[in-house]
Amino acid sequence: MHNFELVKPSTIAEAVAALGQEGAQALSGGQTLIPTMKQRLNMPDMLVSLTGIAEMKGVCKGDGGLHIGAATQHAVVAKEAAAAYPALAKLAGGIGDPAVRNRGTIGGSLANNDPSACYPAAALASGATIVTNQRSIAADDYFQGMFATALEEGEIITEIRFPIPEKAAYLKFEQPASRFALTGVFVAKYPSGVRVAVTGASNDGVFRWAEAEAALSANFAPSALESLSLSGEGMIADLHGSGDYRAHLAKVLTKRAVLAAS
Amino acid sequence: MAKVSMTVNGKAVSGEVEGRTLLSTFLREGLGLTGTHIGCDTSQCGACTVHVDGKQVKSCAMFAAEADGAEVRTIEGMANADGSLSVIQQAFQDHHGLQCGFCTPGMVMAAASLLADNPKPTEAEVRHHLEGNMCRCTGYHNIVKAVLAASGQDAGQIAAE
Ligand SMILES: Cc1cc2nc3c(=O)[nH]c(=O)nc-3n(C[C@H](O)[C@H](O)[C@H](O)COP(=O)(O)OP(=O)(O)OC[C@H]3O[C@@H](n4cnc5c(N)ncnc54)[C@H](O)[C@@H]3O)c2cc1C
Ligand code: FES
Ligand code: FES
Repeated sequence: MHNFELVKPSTIAEAVAALGQEGAQALSGGQTLIPTMKQRLNMPDMLVSLTGIAEMKGVCKGDGGLHIGAATQHAVVAKEAAAAYPALAKLAGGIGDPAVRNRGTIGGSLANNDPSACYPAAALASGATIVTNQRSIAADDYFQGMFATALEEGEIITEIRFPIPEKAAYLKFEQPASRFALTGVFVAKYPSGVRVAVTGASNDGVFRWAEAEAALSANFAPSALESLSLSGEGMIADLHGSGDYRAHLAKVLTKRAVLAAS
Repeated sequence: MAKVSMTVNGKAVSGEVEGRTLLSTFLREGLGLTGTHIGCDTSQCGACTVHVDGKQVKSCAMFAAEADGAEVRTIEGMANADGSLSVIQQAFQDHHGLQCGFCTPGMVMAAASLLADNPKPTEAEVRHHLEGNMCRCTGYHNIVKAVLAASGQDAGQIAAE
């Protein structure tokens, strides 16, 4: 790994100032970044640690529903979101393994936007708001393809606000070696309608399945999905599964998520 | 280089580290605590599991400077004060929960954090908790048995296939 300087600011303002320097990059839980640095896919001159910033940590209820600080670890969300938003807490408790959950953070996951990550499905299906040091971004505008987001250079996520649904569930078909989603589906039912987000399937990253949303908004039952199908075109095809397989999984998981939603 | 100070197994320690120095490197090369094993160095195997402020982490996926000021516990800090094996370690020996022993430090640290949180886990909870710890020898059954036995539960029903 190339060497770098590690700085540990204690406020968002200090972090943003440090990130303004040439070659600086944010470090949150490091569960994605450190392995990529070992492979020299990433060679920052300076890492700005976000995990010591108190204003970026914690779970609480607010105007936007459930507000979660971006530097909050998965294990904390799994515990502290359990009463207000059980489906989200369950998703957090199913990420990777206990050690990954003790370090990895929600902000790091959303900033990375891995096409097989879990949190992007929750944020998109919940119509969450991604709050940064500069602005608020609707989840619908935030995810812009595999590993691509609306974040600008030096911009950091500070908080994520999740409107709390009437019912929701996340079902993940695990890739058994990594425990990432081979395909995962988050279904959330709001008074305004149902939202369905699929991760681990498309080459463009997480996406909303509009036909399923319309069908489920009219009738929130697995049978409403019977006549629908997703195309395998544009889906990820790798040694774990073909595009058609993932398209099929997405439908099966959507049905199961509707059944599991509570 | 920057100075870091932390408590490791109850002892105050400090040393000079680079930004890129991993916690695993600091423990093994800086402090000579080679009980923390490096199986993969890619966050996959869990052999390097230690506790930082009471939480299990992969020490190959954290920088030493991030543990500045923290309480760290490694396998070297697990035995009883008189040097005898702790309940968990003894259970691994009694139930043949290790063969080559390479994964064992990580397994013991992971088991300790499970039992601290959940003193009477079910078999399924033990298996779920150990998902990030790979063992290439035992086939896991005897490890699960050892953890259940360490929790004071009857491990007899677990198949030792
Ligand atoms: C063995 C293993 C299994 C895993 N399994 C799963 C799984 O099942 N599901 C899943 O979803 N994920 C999984 N992950 C990934 C894990 O959830 C990571 O924690 C997460 O993807 C990144 O979060 P982090 O806090 O570790 O971010 P880091 O690694 O610190 O950062 C990742 C990237 O985001 C940037 N960044 C971090 N925080 C911010 C911020 N607040 N604002 C802007 N940019 C930021 C960094 O600069 C970097 O580019 C797994 C990881 C491992 C090692
Ligand atoms: S050596 Fe750290 S996870 Fe394998
Ligand atoms: S005992 Fe050999 S790897 Fe587990």
